[in-house]
Amino acid sequence: MLLEVENMTTYYKLKDGFVRACENISLSLKQGEALGLVGESASGKTTAALSLIKLLPENAKVMSGKISIAGRDISQAMEAELRRIRWKEIAIIFQGAMNALNPVRRVGDQIVEVLRIHEKMTDKAALLRTIDLFEQVEIDPSRVRDYPHEFSGGMRQRVMIAMAIACNPKVVIGDEPTTALDVMVQAQVLQLLEKLRSKRRMGMILITHDLSVVGETCDRVAVMYAGQIIESGPTERVFENPAHPYTRALIAAFPNIEGERYLAQSIPGNPPNLLNPPSGCRFHERCSESMKLCSCQEPLPVKLDSGHFASCHLLGRRVLS
Amino acid sequence: MSNRDQVISKNELLRVEGLEVHFAARTGFLAALLSREKALVRAVDGVDFSLGKGEILCLAGESGSGKTTTGKAVLRLIEPTGGKIWFKGEDLLSLTRQKLRLFRQDAQIIFQDPYESLNPRQTVFATVAEPLEVNRICNSNAEKEERVIEALCDAGLNNPRELFLRYPHELSGGQRQRLAIAGALVLKPDFIMADEPVSMLDLSIRAGILKLMVDLRDLKGISYLFITHDLSLAWLVSDRIAVMYLGKIVELGSADAVIRQPLHPYTRALVSVIPVPKSISRRDKKLLKGETPDPVNIPVGCRFHPRCPQVKPRCREEEPCFREILPGHFGACHYL
Repeated sequence: MLLEVENMTTYYKLKDGFVRACENISLSLKQGEALGLVGESASGKTTAALSLIKLLPENAKVMSGKISIAGRDISQAMEAELRRIRWKEIAIIFQGAMNALNPVRRVGDQIVEVLRIHEKMTDKAALLRTIDLFEQVEIDPSRVRDYPHEFSGGMRQRVMIAMAIACNPKVVIGDEPTTALDVMVQAQVLQLLEKLRSKRRMGMILITHDLSVVGETCDRVAVMYAGQIIESGPTERVFENPAHPYTRALIAAFPNIEGERYLAQSIPGNPPNLLNPPSGCRFHERCSESMKLCSCQEPLPVKLDSGHFASCHLLGRRVLS
Repeated sequence: MSNRDQVISKNELLRVEGLEVHFAARTGFLAALLSREKALVRAVDGVDFSLGKGEILCLAGESGSGKTTTGKAVLRLIEPTGGKIWFKGEDLLSLTRQKLRLFRQDAQIIFQDPYESLNPRQTVFATVAEPLEVNRICNSNAEKEERVIEALCDAGLNNPRELFLRYPHELSGGQRQRLAIAGALVLKPDFIMADEPVSMLDLSIRAGILKLMVDLRDLKGISYLFITHDLSLAWLVSDRIAVMYLGKIVELGSADAVIRQPLHPYTRALVSVIPVPKSISRRDKKLLKGETPDPVNIPVGCRFHPRCPQVKPRCREEEPCFREILPGHFGACHYL
């Protein structure tokens, strides 16, 4: 396994208590595999990603769990060791490229900086590598001396991708890498990511609120709700046989231009406040199939078939009977 | 001209002909000093459409296509630099101030981001009551309260009285957008311009807001100009879709026709990349190269020709006219 996460729990400390943003997250990623982490806003997907590479804000803490990259346990790693891991072992592509790039520095210099620090390259070698990276992400290399504002949104995202792959990481995390982009540009960027992944055999974690992005690019998918993974499995299986009522509702809410034209039912209510999450199953207040058991006992993941898991009491009952 | 007349239904509410919005681009100090000619941003460059009573027309396009500018020009929030707009048979561009005030009651707007469009220091009641006060519509407080309650209920906010003294930050995203809709409904408009009304909302909440908008059309006959970049959303809610590219409509037709049988090469490419919630259906994607060009330098001839997969010599020289290709289905391409 390239990346293995076991029961990772991350809390934010606020004035009025702990926000239980991620609870018992377990993931694994093989070489060259793409995993989609899907969820709505505030489901904890970005926190999960930041916990993996320990880039959390000061008031957040990984409370427990084991994270290992290529067999190496980094859950107890100190900052100096983490600095060696970031970019070289695991890199991240952030959501808004405009905010992630330094607006007053040339884009080329920003990539050169990464290479100098992490790969101890000379300026000249780093610049040559940067030009090569620009070619790989399909940007005209003559633009290395441009500033971020001279690039369009899609091009900036390509620069972010070039930076992420600069040190040949084994795992790349994309945190909503295409969310702010137009459909056509989104398709172009996703195609580029696919190409790079298969060429470099990188593992990729794609964080998104958009199910369809996962459907088209990921081998496996994990659906998050209120800080927990409620269903995970091979993308095809999850899309065709969604087991958790939340996953079913999410898939049904997605307009399918190949299907029938109708407005889906929205899920009633709102995602819970994670300062004080509901007892039992965190989805039970909004679930159309909720039973008595759901409000008092937390469901455990049930194995449905190879690699497909879901946490719902309905499934437990079905398996038992 | 004859083509255009056929689009217009008998009970039309709004009609736009040759609408143009050109801005002077900001130039640097040196350029101004040397009195170089100012560059012109042709944000909207000749747009024709009509909107029937109780119809939902969707303006779809990528960012920079001019869809929002068109919507704002139709409401006269931006002054058009050319073209004609008729609303209920009246020429909108030559209305007196007083008439314009009445038009502003009749035509409302819903913005994209309910986190930004609501005043954080105004309570729910004050937000919805404000348009009534500004327009001096209610004679008594009791009447005002009644109108506010009605609007909140129409927007699907149950128990409106309990919400009266809440502030926007106490509401969820979906509730906020419903509040924004209530603010638009309180003046009983006939026309609403909705600019990306659900794109900031989570998928699970979207459907409720869209359903509300469609229900309001069915119940009250409100017409919508629905602006979105999301073609699958456009297909879901609208009667007709107009696809814009670089300030012009390149295709217009019924929602099903535009999505299921797109004519224009641009629409065909856009439709081919619409995501579908499936993993196996890897459809044949027609990825276009590059991004939409700058509206300062609109290409000569067909404005789509530099990115068009089927470009021919004629496209580089002659601008195609917007014509009816199939009954009710219009396109602007030489080779349709």
